[in-house]
Amino acid sequence: MSGTFIGMPSFPEAARDAVRDTTLRGNLRHATHTIRAKRAGAVAELDDWAQLREAGKQIKDRTLRHLDRHLEQLERAVTAAGGTVHWAADAEEANRIVADLVEATGETEVVKVKSMATQEIGLNAALETAGIRAYETDLAELIVQLGDDLPSHILVPAIHRNRGEIRDIFRDHMQDWGRPAPDGLTDRPADLAEAARLHLREKFLRAKVGISGANFMVAETGTLVVVESEGNGRMCLTLPETLISVVGIEKVIPTWRDLEVFLQLLPRSSTAERMNPYTTMWTGTTDGDGPRAFHLVLLDNGRTDTLADEVGRQALRCIRCSACLNVCPVYERAGGHAYGSAYPGPIGAILTPQLRGTATELDASLPYASSLCGACYEVCPVAIDIPEVLVHLREKVADQGGAGHRLERAAMRAATWLLDHPAALTAGERLASRTRKLHPKRLPGPGAREWTNSRDLPELPDRPFRDWWKKNHA
Amino acid sequence: MTSPSSSRDRVLGRVRRALADVPEAPEVARDYLVSHTPDDPAGVLDLLHDNLVDYRAGVHRSTRQGLPALVGRLLAERGARTVVVPPGLPGAWLAGSDARQRFDDVPLTPAELDSTDAVVTGCALAVAETGTVVLDAGPGQGRRALTLIPDLHVCVVEAPGQVVASLPQALPRLDPTRPMTWISGPSATSDIELDRVEGVHGPRTLEVVLVVD
Ligand code: SF4
Repeated sequence: MSGTFIGMPSFPEAARDAVRDTTLRGNLRHATHTIRAKRAGAVAELDDWAQLREAGKQIKDRTLRHLDRHLEQLERAVTAAGGTVHWAADAEEANRIVADLVEATGETEVVKVKSMATQEIGLNAALETAGIRAYETDLAELIVQLGDDLPSHILVPAIHRNRGEIRDIFRDHMQDWGRPAPDGLTDRPADLAEAARLHLREKFLRAKVGISGANFMVAETGTLVVVESEGNGRMCLTLPETLISVVGIEKVIPTWRDLEVFLQLLPRSSTAERMNPYTTMWTGTTDGDGPRAFHLVLLDNGRTDTLADEVGRQALRCIRCSACLNVCPVYERAGGHAYGSAYPGPIGAILTPQLRGTATELDASLPYASSLCGACYEVCPVAIDIPEVLVHLREKVADQGGAGHRLERAAMRAATWLLDHPAALTAGERLASRTRKLHPKRLPGPGAREWTNSRDLPELPDRPFRDWWKKNHA
Repeated sequence: MTSPSSSRDRVLGRVRRALADVPEAPEVARDYLVSHTPDDPAGVLDLLHDNLVDYRAGVHRSTRQGLPALVGRLLAERGARTVVVPPGLPGAWLAGSDARQRFDDVPLTPAELDSTDAVVTGCALAVAETGTVVLDAGPGQGRRALTLIPDLHVCVVEAPGQVVASLPQALPRLDPTRPMTWISGPSATSDIELDRVEGVHGPRTLEVVLVVD
């Protein structure tokens, strides 16, 4: 069973360990730099990218403005098409709903297609407690699950593993979960993919219950959309008799037509493709095609708190493309695990503290896990101003007082450490000194000049951030 | 423990409270292009062809008359001895193949599909700019599982009628109430070091036949 993020150390401690791990850093650097260049190419193909991005932003904002209506419309449409809609106020309730639905089928196994929402709520662990085994079927999720590991990237959860490590995990652990790895398995990506195909096929063919998330839910039609590459999603969405989809309430879009915007924005931002290999769309149930029972679990779990925050609510526009991770100099060095939730990187730094609050040291430190360089904003296909939200959340942490001050101090240490020692980070050196400057003049790494040129960096002074903020925003 | 209906009220209530002070959002400005491609059917078809090839689909052109022979050859070249025939597939399309035909009129089980080498289908639509074929379970396409489990998928696109340039042109022509699969090249993964590898769980070979008369 995969691990859990609960009880993780705060960002600075976790990041420090990651930075010392040279294999991890090498894997991350290689992967993020590869995808960065490809994304830029895929985006440059479309002359109207800026207009698409603006439309994506506006559609999401408008949807959020009337989220209640759109959710009610979605519920009516899904129900009319033969589905059943459930509402979950928090993770515990969502997990209980899913466990009860699976138990009602009499099954003790489910196949899962990668879903951020089910990671966020810790569904697999909850199902295990209920005696239900959840098989992850996305290749990267399989690597994470077999390696008893945690995901570290939205799109490529096993991005921290290289091919040799993956080969070892398959060879050593596939037999514990079903069909063993083929003898003499090499570390060629094609052979590793073939091993996964063989390992999972019997599970797909016998699966009675599938669990998914969704990238989009169309309110006017009740249609759910899952984009993917491997075909494991199609297997989970098509072959089982019962399908349960757990989806955050912010995933709703008003109209069918809106997909023309998001299906252009998402694949190019995410995998740098004109279109991902497979997209499945379904509306309720269809006689003789796919699951006979469809359950949609609409998840709040902190989203309505986020919605209430004037500055922070823009985080709910996120379409989980992961472009912001791939350009982030802090993510590249710290790795995904340091963010302590299903959402790593810049989006995690603004989403997690809003979904979970900032009561723990980890969550309070997340808004400081950034150099405010703005690269994330530049690439975000729905124009989330991540630096703006980070600054806003820092202010909130500072204003907590009492425990907040302690948390803030811990968090400031994280920021100081991350931002003042790019060279130390690169070399993976042990971190000792703390200097006073909060903000780098120049960012490390390729592309840094472009970002700094394309965006005015907020000047950060020597004195504590809180004082500075108070003085400048009183 | 809360009852389901009270959670519904709670969530919707929280949404409404969160939005109480929010000003009305403006109409969405749809300033983006309806298409990125000149309105020329031959050019659009070439673009579809190129983009499918770019994502490692096999692409072939044929006249309607030559279709049976081409389909027969594609199946034979891949050593397909059995082929799934979705309801409504024109019989002529398989007239040039000696692969044993398995009909889905009584639904084949997943295990039966797994032991079948290939499937031949039509499609609802193809989108040139993204190199996509869209299946909507219509006649000659069948239910979604048919094009998922066999390892070879031969998909016939009738040009120019079934080909559009762009996504904004595609969506109004599709019926969202139908179950849909959008296919852009064979199954692939980038999960190992972000390197694209073709062929994971879906058909590892996708052959697209563009019928032009
Ligand atoms: S915040 Fe923007 S760039 Fe980051 S994952 Fe979400 S949509 Fe993508």
